[in-house]
Amino acid sequence: MRDGAITAGGAMSVGGAVTGGGAMTADGAVSAADVVATVTDPELPLVTLAELGIVREVRETVDGVLVAITPTYSGCPAMEAIRDDIVRALRDAGFGRAAVRTQLSPAWTTDWISESGKAKLAAAGISPPGAAPRRAAGPIPLVLGIHTETVRGAALGGAAAVGGEAVGGEAVRGAAVPGAAIACPRCGCAETERISAFSATACRELRRCPACREPFEHMKEI
Amino acid sequence: MSFDDDAYGALTDHDDDARWAYGTGFADPLAGVPTAVPGDLDRAGLAAYCLMLGDDALVMSHRLQQWVTRAPELEDELALANIGLDLLGQARLLLGRAGEAEGAGRDEDALAYLRDAGEFRNVRLAERGDADFAHLVARLLVFSCWRLPLLDRLTASRDPVLAAIGAKGVKEVTYHREYAAQWVVRLGDGTDLSHRRMRAAIDAVWPSVGELFETHEVEARLAAAGVAVDPALLRPEFDEAMSQVLAAATLDSPATTDGGATAGDRGRDGGHGPELGEILVEMQELARALPGGVW
Repeated sequence: MRDGAITAGGAMSVGGAVTGGGAMTADGAVSAADVVATVTDPELPLVTLAELGIVREVRETVDGVLVAITPTYSGCPAMEAIRDDIVRALRDAGFGRAAVRTQLSPAWTTDWISESGKAKLAAAGISPPGAAPRRAAGPIPLVLGIHTETVRGAALGGAAAVGGEAVGGEAVRGAAVPGAAIACPRCGCAETERISAFSATACRELRRCPACREPFEHMKEI
Repeated sequence: MSFDDDAYGALTDHDDDARWAYGTGFADPLAGVPTAVPGDLDRAGLAAYCLMLGDDALVMSHRLQQWVTRAPELEDELALANIGLDLLGQARLLLGRAGEAEGAGRDEDALAYLRDAGEFRNVRLAERGDADFAHLVARLLVFSCWRLPLLDRLTASRDPVLAAIGAKGVKEVTYHREYAAQWVVRLGDGTDLSHRRMRAAIDAVWPSVGELFETHEVEARLAAAGVAVDPALLRPEFDEAMSQVLAAATLDSPATTDGGATAGDRGRDGGHGPELGEILVEMQELARALPGGVW
C-alpha cells in the first residue's frame, strides 16, 4: 500500500504546516492553517476537515494561501463544496487569495481520522472506523458472508478473526478484514451485524445491533 | 456549505457565475493535481489508454445508475448508487487525464458528452443491459474481479496520475467485488428458482469475458513502457476469484464459452453493440441539445 509511510494520527504532520488548534502567527492573528482546520465537512458537519484527515498542507505564500486536500473517495461529491468552503473561510478570515490543490497520492485512509474526530462520530451515533486493513502481498483477499457475520475476538496484530467464509484460502489469514468487532454506538453491545456495505454515502456501511435492535452507521475502514 | 445554509444561495455562491446545464458546476476533477506527463511517455498512447479505462468506468456507472429505483431493497439502491458513483469518480479522473495527455483542449465533459459510440473504447461487457437483477450482479462480479487486479497493478505505473487513480480505486472496487459476490452466493445458494436464474445469468454474461483479457496494441506498447497493465496477466487472479465465488454459490463453471477472441468488434477498437448507442442517447441528450448550455 502506498499510504504505508503515513501512520495513524500522523496526517497533520505531513505538510509540516498544519498545526494543532490555537496556534497564532507572530502578530497574534489566526494562521491560515487554523482557519482551514476548523472548516467542517459538508456531509458530516460535526467533524472538521482536520479531524477527518483530508488536509495535507496549508502554506502561506506571497501569492496567497495554498491548501492541499485529499479526496476520501474518487467520486466524493463533496470535494467541490469543500474546496469552496475552504476558499470562503480563508476569505472571511481576511486571507485574500487562496488556491486548493487536490492531492491524489497517497490515497486517503480512515487511519487519518483523528481521535477527536472519531469521538465526535461516536457521539453522533456513527460507529468510528477501526484500523484500516493492512494487505499482505499477493491477490486482494475476497471474504464472503460478511453481511451477516458477527466477528468474535479482537484484532491481533492487525489481523482479525473472521466468522465469514474466506475466499482466497491462505491469503485471507493475516489480513485485517473490514468489519472486525464493531460495537453498537448506542448500547455498547460488542457484536453487531452488517445490513449493507453501503449506506447514505460510500464511506459508511449500515449495521444492526442484535441487543437494542437499532440500526446504525459505521464508517468503513479503507 | 453546511446544512443550515440557504440551498439556493449555495448554488450560486461560486466564483464562476455560470454552470453547465448538466454538469452541476463541478470543477475539473484533476484540479490542482500535478498533471505534467513525464517527458519520455508516449502522450497519445497514454491518452488512448486512459480513455479505455475511463470509458469502462463511465459506461458501467451509467448501467448501474439505471438500476436506481429498480433494485429489490432500499439497501441495494444505496449500494448500486454508491458503486456507480465510485466508478463515475474514477471515470472523471481518467477522462480528465486522457484530455491532459491528448493536449487537444478536450476536457472530461467533451470526452463524455460529445463523442459518438464509435469513439468509445470501453469493453463490451460494460455496456450490456441487464435482463434481471441476477444478470446485474453477475456482470458486476465479472467486471470487479477483472478491474480490481488491474487497478492494483496500475499502482506501479510510471504515470503518477494513473498510479494514484489505481491506489484509490483498489479500495473502492474491493467493496464492489464483495457486494456482487455476496449476491451471487445468496442467489446461487438460494431457492431452486434463484439458483436457476443465477446460473442463467452467469452463462449469459460469460461470452463477454474473453474480450477482457485480450491485449490491445496500445495496452501492449504501454505495458512494455511500464505505464499500462497487460490485461492478459490478470486472468489467473480473475479465474481464482470467480471459481471460488461460484463454488460458494453452488454453481458449476459456466457452460458457455467465454467468447474468446472477438476480432473485428472489440470495444477497445470502437466496436460496440446497439446497447452503447442507447446509453449515449440518454447520457448525452442534454449536452447535445444545448451545447455549452448554462443555468
